[in-house]
Amino acid sequence: MIIKIEGLSYIYNQNTPFEMKALDNVNLVINEGEFIGLIGHTGSGKSTLVQHLNGLIKPTSGKVIVDGMDTSGDKKDLLKIRQKVGLVFQYPEHQLFEETIYKDIAFGPINLGLKEEEVNQRVKKAMESVGLSYEKLKDRSPFELSGGQKRRVAIAGVLAMNPKVLVLDEPTAGLDPRGRDEILGRLKKLYEEENMTIILVSHSMEEIAMLVNRIIVMHKGKVAMDGKTRDIFKEQSKLEELGLGIPQITQFMREYRMKGNQVDDTVITVEEAKNELIKYLRRKGND
Amino acid sequence: MIKNITIGQYFPADTMIHRLDPRIKIIIVFMFIVSLFFITSFYPYLLILAFIMLTIKLAKIPVRYVLKGLKPLMFIIVITFLINIFMTKGEVILEIGPLNITKEGIRQAVFMALRLIFLVIGTSLLTLTTSPISLTDGIEKLLTPLKKVGVPAHELAMMMTIALRFIPTLLEETDKIMKAQMARGADFESGNIINRAKNLVPLLVPLFINAFRRADELATAMEARCYRGGDNRTRMNELKLNRNDILAISISTIFFVSIILTRYIDIRGIL
Amino acid sequence: MSDEMIRIEDVTYEYGSQGEGNYQVAVNNVTMKVNKGEYLVILGHNGSGKSTLAKLMNGLLIPTKGDVFVNGINTKDEDRIWDIRKTAGMVFQNPDNQIVATIVEEDVAFGPENLGVPSEEIRKRVDRALEIVEMSEYKRHAPHLLSGGQKQRVAIAGILAMNPECIILDEPTAMLDPVGRKEIISTLRKLNSKEKKTIIHITHHMDEAVEADRIIVMEKGRIVMEGTPKDIFCQVDKVKELGLDVPQVTELAYELRKEGFRVPCDVLTVEEMVNVL
Repeated sequence: MIIKIEGLSYIYNQNTPFEMKALDNVNLVINEGEFIGLIGHTGSGKSTLVQHLNGLIKPTSGKVIVDGMDTSGDKKDLLKIRQKVGLVFQYPEHQLFEETIYKDIAFGPINLGLKEEEVNQRVKKAMESVGLSYEKLKDRSPFELSGGQKRRVAIAGVLAMNPKVLVLDEPTAGLDPRGRDEILGRLKKLYEEENMTIILVSHSMEEIAMLVNRIIVMHKGKVAMDGKTRDIFKEQSKLEELGLGIPQITQFMREYRMKGNQVDDTVITVEEAKNELIKYLRRKGND
Repeated sequence: MIKNITIGQYFPADTMIHRLDPRIKIIIVFMFIVSLFFITSFYPYLLILAFIMLTIKLAKIPVRYVLKGLKPLMFIIVITFLINIFMTKGEVILEIGPLNITKEGIRQAVFMALRLIFLVIGTSLLTLTTSPISLTDGIEKLLTPLKKVGVPAHELAMMMTIALRFIPTLLEETDKIMKAQMARGADFESGNIINRAKNLVPLLVPLFINAFRRADELATAMEARCYRGGDNRTRMNELKLNRNDILAISISTIFFVSIILTRYIDIRGIL
Repeated sequence: MSDEMIRIEDVTYEYGSQGEGNYQVAVNNVTMKVNKGEYLVILGHNGSGKSTLAKLMNGLLIPTKGDVFVNGINTKDEDRIWDIRKTAGMVFQNPDNQIVATIVEEDVAFGPENLGVPSEEIRKRVDRALEIVEMSEYKRHAPHLLSGGQKQRVAIAGILAMNPECIILDEPTAMLDPVGRKEIISTLRKLNSKEKKTIIHITHHMDEAVEADRIIVMEKGRIVMEGTPKDIFCQVDKVKELGLDVPQVTELAYELRKEGFRVPCDVLTVEEMVNVL
């Protein structure tokens, strides 16, 4: 399945003194099976772009086509589009509202018109995907849980719609390292086991480096860079011009190499760096 | 985005009217409204109109902004007009089915509609030339003497300030929650009134819960900054009356007293 | 005059009551002190008790057992609680839920107004505070239009205007983007070195602790590690066990050491690592 974005422009508050062009002629294709990292400054248009993917915002000009359906088209298609493209907002725990965790997660499937038996299956599976115990928690109030757990309930609520594409806007914002690792670990699992196409909006280069195979960089409403993870991180100066960085470990390898050490500086994780350095240092030691 | 909407339609400018003490402006508008209810004939409306036009000119406000304030109340003005035109007894001029239009009805309808219109315009002029924070300060200062009879002037002003501060933030949050629920298939638009009310639950519950959480956090932050109510509190910007304020209140008082007197004395006879 | 800003003696704080479902010992028998002029970072994962400890430090919470002294004043002394809060100001995590007024300078004035400071003096303090946090040009702006980092700086200015000796910040960067985080860290550094304020910075981000004078790590309501940044970062295993992170280069150094290479343990930045290897 494909999401095709053609000539997408979006202007907030058109014809008022507060007019602002948030997206400027964006052209993108999202392919099935990709794990995409969407990065860019606050104000670069990431959030606006992401809300176009499931028709929450309609283009001022241009088109967004999800699996053959135009987001500006028939209203009836919108529900189908929102089933296929699941969107998890920042701090999703702020949208919880039901009396029990079961009911909150069931909200999506019920809106899709599914039968009770199917809804039940979806809730069970969604809770499992985020690591929450169905038996222990289904009848409890979502508001009794910790922040990290509430967030997982909210994510489960979107997963229960069985989307083909999962879009998450900074899913680790405000979480401590443990909470962050938990969520990212689950996302990795979803990608590998369920073949879900995932778009991850994040500010952390380290997070992005560990998970994604494609990076899209937004700047002032335009797509500034788009390519494979390693290729993008090679362009350090361009990223710095855009006010962005690269993973600390990559920066280190780059500077180390610049001092004359023959190491591969395209590494993007600590594990890769370790292996590379072990090889290099042992070789050096033998000279 | 929503957060760019200015609340209370304050039109920022640096004019004599804008610089008047908010207490003076509030009192003038109060006198204005009272005088409107004393008027029984049409010609004082001309004087009122002149007063309004002069204020608008001095405050450098485009007329369309003033008229914009009428829009939300158009409905009430029209209803008032229609009720008066059809319900007033008297000399029947026109018959439309079971309803009669009388000569007195037309006069009454126009009269009442004008009163409403001027009322709205007068209040609009207040909010157009006085920032919400100024207004709140003015109201607090005016209500302070009433503290002796138990009016919580400071607390009311604090409540108004906080409400004004959080309106844009809450609007933004409403938008976000709506979108998050719509992403899960919620529909806030279709259905009859009962359905739409039920569909608001996924919007209202989180909004309320978050509002309470905000209030709790804000209260803690205020406590940490030594807030303990209005006693012994000072202000950075103290309201002080100056010559222009005295001038404005004097002229206005004379003007509105004259307006009120037109009810009892026909000045046309004197002129 | 004592050198101590804050002294915490054998303090325990319990939520709820024993035997009930929501009973929790958030702070468990903690003893520590903070010296004047110090830059202290308190690290811990969510639920370790660090936020509770922060609120005990300025009297927002009173210990169930033990005593907390701020500049020699016991927080249990109800008459002097306002003196305590004037001396030890606190900045919270959510930038929005600290701002009370509709104009930046009015919000910064809120603290001194509560203290009954004369009008003209407030004006001076507000201007100076905004200057220090570099937000002077936003004096008459509406706060809801500011970025997260800017809002937090306004919140800090609001505390500065009360002329505190000590500023406690409870996860001030948790809700900010990288730009905002940098702004706050640099502001804190400035407040400590130039304005000589005692800074107590609570966080779960390791990289914010790099410049601290001293780090305290909390777990299950107790202090489990204490020392300089280099001391703490050297114990990579323990730090990770406690649910915290280390900078990638520190982890790399640790991994290389495991393989037998002689790499020092206290590497915290890219520069240090390059020089050392």
